[in-house]
Amino acid sequence: MRWWLPDAGSTFAGPIDTLFLAILIITGIALVLVEVGLVTFVIRYRGRPGRKAFYTHGSTRAEVIWTAIPAVTMVALGLISNHYWVLIKGRRSVPPNAYHLGVHAKQFEWQITYPGPDEKLGTSDDFTVRNQLHVIVNQPTAVELTSEDVIHSFFVPEWRLKQDAVPGMHIIAWFQPTKTGEFELGCAELCGMGHYRMRAHVFVHTPEDYKAWVAQQIAAGGGGGGGGGSE
Amino acid sequence: MTTVAHARPDAHAEHAPMGFWRKYIFSTDHKIIGIQFLFVSLFFLLVGGLLAMQIRWQLGFPNTPMPGGKILPETYVASNGVILPEYYVQLVSMHGTFMVFFAIMPLLVGVYANFLIPLKIGAHDMAFPRINMASFWLALLAGLIMMTSFFVPNGPIRSGWTNYAPLAARPDLSGVTVGQMLWCIAIVVLGLSSVMGSLNYITTVINHRAPGMTWFRMPLSVWALFITAILGVLALPVLQGAAIMLLFDNVLGTHFFDPVAGGQALLWQHLFWFFGHPEVYILILPAMGMVSDIIANGSRKPIFGYHSMVFAIIGIAFLGWIVWGHHMFMSGMNPTLGSTFMVSTLLIAVPSAVKVFNWMGTMWRGNLRFHVPMLNAIGFVSMFTIGGLSGIFMAATPVDIPIHDTQFIVAHIHYVLFGGSLFALFAAITYWYPKMFGRMMSTGLGKAHFWLTFLFYNLTFFPMHIIGMGGQMRRIYDPTIYDFLKPQQPLNVFISYAAFALFAVQFLFAFNFLWSLKFGKKAPQNPWDDNGMEWSLPNPAPHGNWERTPNVYRGPYEFSSPEAEARGTDFLPQYVKLPTDRDPAPVPVPAAGH
Amino acid sequence: MTHATQTIDQMRPPFPAEPGAGVYSNKLGMWVFLASDVMFFTALIGSYIVLRFGAPGEWAKPGAVLNVPLTAFNTFLLICSSVSMVKAYAAIQDGKKYFLRPVPGKLLRDGGLKFWLLVTMICGAAFVSVQLVEYFKLVHHGFTPAGFRDGSLLAGEAAADPVKYGLAVAGLYGSSFFTMTGFHGFHVTCGVISMTYLYFTKVLPEKYSPQDYRGIEVIGLYWHFVDLVWIILFTIVYLI
Repeated sequence: MRWWLPDAGSTFAGPIDTLFLAILIITGIALVLVEVGLVTFVIRYRGRPGRKAFYTHGSTRAEVIWTAIPAVTMVALGLISNHYWVLIKGRRSVPPNAYHLGVHAKQFEWQITYPGPDEKLGTSDDFTVRNQLHVIVNQPTAVELTSEDVIHSFFVPEWRLKQDAVPGMHIIAWFQPTKTGEFELGCAELCGMGHYRMRAHVFVHTPEDYKAWVAQQIAAGGGGGGGGGSE
Repeated sequence: MTTVAHARPDAHAEHAPMGFWRKYIFSTDHKIIGIQFLFVSLFFLLVGGLLAMQIRWQLGFPNTPMPGGKILPETYVASNGVILPEYYVQLVSMHGTFMVFFAIMPLLVGVYANFLIPLKIGAHDMAFPRINMASFWLALLAGLIMMTSFFVPNGPIRSGWTNYAPLAARPDLSGVTVGQMLWCIAIVVLGLSSVMGSLNYITTVINHRAPGMTWFRMPLSVWALFITAILGVLALPVLQGAAIMLLFDNVLGTHFFDPVAGGQALLWQHLFWFFGHPEVYILILPAMGMVSDIIANGSRKPIFGYHSMVFAIIGIAFLGWIVWGHHMFMSGMNPTLGSTFMVSTLLIAVPSAVKVFNWMGTMWRGNLRFHVPMLNAIGFVSMFTIGGLSGIFMAATPVDIPIHDTQFIVAHIHYVLFGGSLFALFAAITYWYPKMFGRMMSTGLGKAHFWLTFLFYNLTFFPMHIIGMGGQMRRIYDPTIYDFLKPQQPLNVFISYAAFALFAVQFLFAFNFLWSLKFGKKAPQNPWDDNGMEWSLPNPAPHGNWERTPNVYRGPYEFSSPEAEARGTDFLPQYVKLPTDRDPAPVPVPAAGH
Repeated sequence: MTHATQTIDQMRPPFPAEPGAGVYSNKLGMWVFLASDVMFFTALIGSYIVLRFGAPGEWAKPGAVLNVPLTAFNTFLLICSSVSMVKAYAAIQDGKKYFLRPVPGKLLRDGGLKFWLLVTMICGAAFVSVQLVEYFKLVHHGFTPAGFRDGSLLAGEAAADPVKYGLAVAGLYGSSFFTMTGFHGFHVTCGVISMTYLYFTKVLPEKYSPQDYRGIEVIGLYWHFVDLVWIILFTIVYLI
């Protein structure tokens, strides 16, 4: 059983998990205040013979206080959130040294295009692999998301990364994995009856392993390996 | 020039005995129309619940034959009774559609705006009784059209209740043709019904308040229903427009949402959520209003901060128009827009917090009566608080990234719509049952239903937060094929058992509701010792409500006031004239040409 | 105008009430309905604007596909119908329930409510008829809601001059053109049907009077609104 967010797998996990925890604490305090208050009132002010309710139409001071506190909290939360939002998703947030991959979504598979040895997309040495995403650990990576047919959503829980792939749009999402190993890529936007099985394997390699994998793919004829088959 | 309106004498005064068909079926009486809405939308609530049970079966026990599944046609289940992926997506889509459009919305607005507004403002009926009747029949027609889609080739929609284009716009991609058309047509008809109803509510509240019922003497339920009607009048036509474009994309080959021919996929989302977020407040504001009335009654105290409650309703309704983008943080919409929508969304927490604290302020130093409506109203406050607070996680854009489109969202919406709206509805149904049917619902059954529902409801929906945090995506047919979701499958099984129990417990309510129609205790005229105008009438209230238009002498929440205590009670109804009260001055009727 | 202070009978409508919007309920109801209709057309027109500005190509040049002079004539018809609606309203305010009545010393007869409302209905019906003719011609020449029909006259011309005919976005052009003008035409049709109903149930039996002409005023509001929407649509769909 897992009771928390998945294990951290990218640099985004730090700030996002911290913010999640912070909101959990703030909302937790509010929740305890309200629920304990309700239970207290229910017990303390329960109707008994001879008891009289206190006739009041309210208190401006109390209302100002409980309007101001949430307002200030929300504004502060908004400012902090926006700081990280811009770092993660802002149009200019993609690091210049990011390694670009093409991710083309279609019902119901992910086609991932690798730049090949020249490390540039859109050249002749590119190759495409179905349902296998190979990336390099600690390397800022940008996925250029496109869609063939309907809206899909690129979701790797460990990376705290989610971005819709929308037909007619070219959307870039970046991340920096911090942990090697195997993960899963799922589709988070209902894309048809096969939505649930639109799943890809994610491999985070060391730079050497990644080079070796690319070389192996090239040797196998521009794709094909593993879950295989170029387009 | 002097102009005087000559009203037709037959317009309202037709309160003579009528035959069964005129009285109960083709009725123009707002109370009968409200009751018609009640039966129809409770039926659709049951339909939505049955669909939910099948969803829970599949999520808890994937690839296991569903009990009784074999009676379903082979387009929905495999020959051994296992739910097919197509059918699962249809279940999810139609559960949302029925619950939002045909259960909760008509229960709150169709039933209680109709039933309560004229009764609580001292009007004899709605401003346009025949439009009101048409509104009900159109809503029923829309519901039947939506039901029909289960029986057409390929079945109902497969694109979620949100119908995101281009999936919903392209039959070749969704695999649904007729079902998608029927969805669009039903929504257009329902929108027409809602607009007709809402313009009636707005006109009635503005023009038909009894003398002395000033704006700030209106109960919060009427305020909330009035503001809701304004939202309905402005939001539903946008959905209608969008549904028409979607229909044309499917039928006429237009390209509004088809990027291949230059259309825009995100346009649908903008239109849908521009309607959809006000819709969320259509689904909660009436609940808040009715709960305010019931909590004041149960606490035997005036509502705490009446004016700020009114302004909070207006504030929520206004902010509700500028937050729709928070449904689209991950959609590829410009991230700067995301920042703007985040701020407006977080701000909406402020009026919501004010309301929660004011409800608590109302209970503070009260003399609480735990009748069944009060229990459900307290349940509403505590559960709506969880739903509201969990919304802050999604409003904060970075935190939204991992939880967007996961079961966390499902938990959030159910805490608001079930824990919020539905608890408020249990409260409201029990509270105004005597006014509708002249009998009381059973208190024992009501309390048992409340506690069991409260328990199983939390057992069902709270764990969804956790599996959502774990990353379980929404609307996936089989979570067990993902390695990272396998560890939490036991929790899915647990949720399913809790959901089955929750569903079963609702039969207590259904039994109580139906049994009390015939065998319930006869209701006294004012069973809850309440102040509202409706309790000056016999139970059930006659057609035309009052013989003479009543006068209103005070606000709706004068519980435990010194004047009330001088009379030896702890309430002082709005219609009671004390020796110190003066009758409101009569106002001339506006005539044609003004 | 002065308000007449009525003696109010508590047992009969109109019932006494708090001061409301200061207008009678039918008119208020129509205002609310028009507010919702504004939102409906906002959805359609807003989508049109978003699609046109976000489109991958230029829209067809004005007049390339659509017949602007014919529609200009149609616009003129609709504006005339608004004028005749005002005349009908003024006529009943002055108590002129008749069709036409000779005026001593004048060549033209004086029109009453029956005349001017009939003119409005005829103009409205003519507008819808012209629009239907326009649709049939467009579809016949190959312009459909889905764009240019393959092998049609217009498809051929568009292939020869793709810029003038906005070939790249013809699908969007057809989609938004037919949807927006179609729903406007539907509104005009509803207006004509309502007026016809009023004409036979209220106007011909002379049930309206200078004291009560609510039906005429309410349908007039609707009619002017529909006219206004058309002026916007004509500008953004045909002229720009």
